[in-house]
Formats: sequence, C-alpha cells, structure tokens
Amino acid sequence: MTGGPTFGVGRIRWGWFIVGCVVVLLLPAVTGTNTPTLLLIWALFALSLGLMWGFAGILSFGHAAYFGLGAYTYAIAAMTVGESTGPLLLAIVLPAAAAAVIGAMMFYGRISDVYMGVITLVVTLILFKFMNATAGDAYHIGSVRLGGFNGIPAFPILNLPGDPSVTAFGTPFYYVVCVALLLCYLLCRWILGSFFGKVLIGIRENEARVELLGYSAPAYKTAIFTISAGMAGLAGCLFANWAEIVTPGVFSLGQSAEVIIWTIVGGLGTLVGPIVGAIVLGYLKLLLGQQTLIDNSLVLGAILILVVLLLPSGLLPALARWRARRDRASVSRRQASSTRRRRGHRGDGS
Amino acid sequence: MDYAAVVFLEILYMIAFLALTSAGLAVVFGMMRVINLAHGEFVMIGGYVTIFANRAGIDIWFAMLVLAPLVVGAIGLVVERLVIRHLYGRMIDTMLATWGLSLLMVGLVTLIFGNTAVSVTAPIQSYQAGAYQMGGYNLFIIAIAILVMLVLWLILRYTRVGLIARGAMQSADVASALGYNPQKIYMWTFTAGAALSGLAGGVLAPLTGLLPSSGSLYIAKSFITVITGGAAIISGTLASSMIFGTINQIVSFGSTPVIGEIAMLALAIVLLRLMPQGITGRFFKNST
Repeated sequence: MTGGPTFGVGRIRWGWFIVGCVVVLLLPAVTGTNTPTLLLIWALFALSLGLMWGFAGILSFGHAAYFGLGAYTYAIAAMTVGESTGPLLLAIVLPAAAAAVIGAMMFYGRISDVYMGVITLVVTLILFKFMNATAGDAYHIGSVRLGGFNGIPAFPILNLPGDPSVTAFGTPFYYVVCVALLLCYLLCRWILGSFFGKVLIGIRENEARVELLGYSAPAYKTAIFTISAGMAGLAGCLFANWAEIVTPGVFSLGQSAEVIIWTIVGGLGTLVGPIVGAIVLGYLKLLLGQQTLIDNSLVLGAILILVVLLLPSGLLPALARWRARRDRASVSRRQASSTRRRRGHRGDGS
Repeated sequence: MDYAAVVFLEILYMIAFLALTSAGLAVVFGMMRVINLAHGEFVMIGGYVTIFANRAGIDIWFAMLVLAPLVVGAIGLVVERLVIRHLYGRMIDTMLATWGLSLLMVGLVTLIFGNTAVSVTAPIQSYQAGAYQMGGYNLFIIAIAILVMLVLWLILRYTRVGLIARGAMQSADVASALGYNPQKIYMWTFTAGAALSGLAGGVLAPLTGLLPSSGSLYIAKSFITVITGGAAIISGTLASSMIFGTINQIVSFGSTPVIGEIAMLALAIVLLRLMPQGITGRFFKNST
C-alpha cells in the first residue's frame, strides 16, 4: 500500500513550514507544555514509522519494540551513569543495533510481508512479556532493578551535556523535543532526497526491478529499518524523560497499534502526514481519556477500519489529491471561459 | 512416575489448547490467505457469550458448544460482509483493518460488560492422579481439540463441501469457472472460522477468567501456530501445535511459565526464518 505514485518527498512548503514552526515555538506562551511535549514525542515516533513504511514499504507491526528499548536503555543507563548525554546516545544506538540484527535476519531471509508482520509483532511481545516478568531482585542490570510490572522510576532526566546540575524540565524540555523533531524531520528529508532514498523508493515501487539494476534490496531495507529504529529509540528516550518512569506498557500491542494508526491516518508516503496524524489522534486520545463514556480503543479501532476501507492513502495525500483536482478543474474552467471569450470576441469582430 | 504423567498431560493440554484456539484462524488463513488479527477477540467474545448465557440460566454445555459458535459465527458473517470482502488480495490492508476491528471489539465489550474480570466454574471436577490434583476439565479440552480436528479433517476430505472448499483453496478461478461463486465460499469459510474461534472461547472460558483485553492472550499464540504451520490447515496446525506446545511446557517446567512462553515465541521466529513457507510448505506438501 503506497500513497500513490509520489517519488520522493515534495519540496518544503515554506509557508506552512514557517507557520508550523511559529505555532510550535509560541505554544508555551499560551498553554502548558506538558501535553504538547507528549504530542511532539508521539509525532517523532510516528515519523520514524512513516519514513520506513511510507517510503521503503516496510511495515513493522511491532515498532513499539524500539520505542520501548530506547526508553528502557535510557532509564537503565542514566541511573548507572548519573548523567544523560551518554545514555541519550545509547538509547538511539541500542535500538538501532537491535533493529539491524532483526532486520538483516528478515530481509536477507527474503521473508514476505505477512511473515515480517508476525516476526516484528512477536519481538515486541517477547519484550513485553519479559519486562512484565522481571519483578524482584533477581532481575537487574548493573545496580538497576528492572522492576517488572511497576517499571523503573526516578532516573535522572536530561541535562546539559557535561553539567548534570542543569536539567531540562518543563518548557526547556519542550524545546529540546521540538529541536529533536525538527532535526529528525530534516534528516528524513535529506535521506529521501539522497541517492539512498531514491533506491529505497524504487524498492517500494518494484523490488525485483531495483535488484536487477544491481542494488541489494536487503542491504537498503536493513539500513532504513536501522535508521527508523534509532529514531523510534530517541522518541522512546524522550518519552521516558517526559513520563519520568518507564513501564512495560511502552512495549504493549496498543502502543504498536497506535503508531500504525497515526501514520496511516496522517498519510503514507509523506513526512508531515505521520506528524499531523500523531498530534491530532494523540490529542483525541487524551481527550477521550478524560471521560469514561466512550472507550478510547473503540474510537481508534473504528478510525483504523474506516481509513483502510475508504481512505487507504491517508488524510494528507487525499487532501493533496482533492486540491490537485480542484486546481485542475479551475484551470480547465478558466481555459474554457477564455476560449469562450476568444470565440465571443471573434463573433463580435465578424 | 506420577510426575511424568502430570508433565505429559500438561504437554498434551497445551497442544490441545494451541490447536483449538488456532483452528479458526487456520481455516481462514489456509483457505483465504487472510490474516484475521481480530481472531483473539472472536475467542474472547465466545467466552463472554458462554459466561453470560450461563448466568442467564442457560445450561453451560449448551452455551459453550452451541451458543458461542453460533453467536461468534454470526458476528464473523457480518464482519466479512462489511469489511473483509472489500479487501481480498490486499493482505496487509486486511491485517490493518482486522487490527482495527480487534480494538473496536475490545472497546465495545468494555463498554457493555465493563472492564472487570468475569469467570465461571468448570463443570467437571478435578481428580487425583497419584500425589497430584489434576483438573478434569483439561481432559475435556483435549478431547474437544481431537474432535474438532477430526471433524474438520472428515469434512475437508470426504464431503462435497470440503471438496469445493479445497478446490477453491487451490484455484479460486477454476472453482469459479465450474460454477461455484468464490465470494460465497469465502463468506462461509470466514463464518465457519469465526464459529470455530467462538467454540474455542466458549470451551476455554471456565479455565481462564475473562477480561475485554483477553483476546491478546490468544492472538500471538494462534498467530505463530498458524503461520508456522503453513498453508495446510490440519496437518500444519497439528505439527506446529505439537512443537510449540511441547517446547512451551518443557521450558515452563524447567523455569517459569513466562520463560516458557518466551521460548515458544523465540522458537517461532527461528522457525519462520528457516521455513518462510511454514512447516507444511516444506514437509507435508500434499496434505490437508
């Protein structure tokens, strides 16, 4: 399932880009930063899946595995080191390394889509079940107890590199997340504009053809899987900093399902789509969480079914298509009226 | 000696559990190449039907063996008509839509019955095996699993319906050219698969308390059982149930049930990597 024949990512719409940046920058002046921070972290998570799924055609049914690995890695490392710079990097590198191993296993094994779905799902489940079962003193890494269902609380939050006394909390942390999202977005654009990205999109469109041209599809797919997992790990690390506790819930099936829903609703084959999808649906989830009348999963499930059935390419591409149709229609209307005018003019002259 | 018997029975029970909970998914996947991620919720609803019908005064055997399959089969029929039939041939989309369905059903059941555990007592007493107390109901599950597999095999092998079904499985085009509408075959296959899931849920309800989210307990296990089994419905399900059931219980006895389950899931990944077509894609190619 691809978002139509879009090869590569379009140019930046500078107007929208600047509006978006200004809104995000000025938001703390209007509301609290707690909710927006969480929404932007989710957006980063969705972006990581959107990069891999929308442009290389690889759908992971268990992307929460790397999100959760990032969160746990950060928590454990930060408690061990007592400082955040190294743990932050580790929270990107470790999920990426895990993904490289799993990805290489899947892609070099030429495993088909469905079986890949099973494997990615099962990896997440293994982590979920294992982390839930790690209550008690027997399970620890270094001096950090894994804590089972209760998770790991009270680890050091992000601080200025080299100075553990200056921590990013509240509004500064919000800006850290903003910058992380922006950098990742630009990184995605750069990847997709590069030669590497072009081959990836080629693989999405027709893997056999790309292979016949002499590129190794498994190598490219493993690489993008690794990059995407690293980004998900960063999102997980930021999430851990936001929640100030990590629980096995980060590995849950619900987490994997949600990120897929955000991405597909926002739009496959775009970078802004997953970001918008995560922010809108994430906010909806928070709103639904405040009442008990309608269950959150009921709404999310219904949205996913409807989007798959009616709008398989997602909101933003559908919107773009609608605008293109409208533009074409208005152009042809203008042409028609100008033709009429010309004819009328000739009619007058004769 | 007693201990060996207990271990053996537990292994047998696990195999039966896997075969029973996977049968519905296997029928749908084997015949239609559709992965139904809402399968776990079908099982869960079968359990809810049994428990609430029993509370309403209906005999529990009737509730689990007749009502649960009927109700869940009807739900399956509606789902096929409304959602699945639009997505044939789009495997990933089907997985996504049925995942949405699974969330939707969890939400609905939470809305109707609340997010609290419900349970019902097993209608068969436990018995004494040497020094150990054994659940007599587990033997019933083993018997039901054998029965379901046997009946499925007899239907597929020796009846006209089974012949048409197997024909459509091998080539929907040829079946269609011979006058059998594949749409109709798929519709009834999906309904039958859902009914089997409902039966499994009903029969297992007395053993495990039920929550709206219980479906996720079944989905991963049945998913790996079916996929690892491959396209052949009965031999595939039996082969992978035996492998996974045995590994799960042996590791569980050696350590903890959680490690046993993790061992089973890890083994599934290895097996899928080695045999991407499933066990029956490699070994019993011409079986049903």
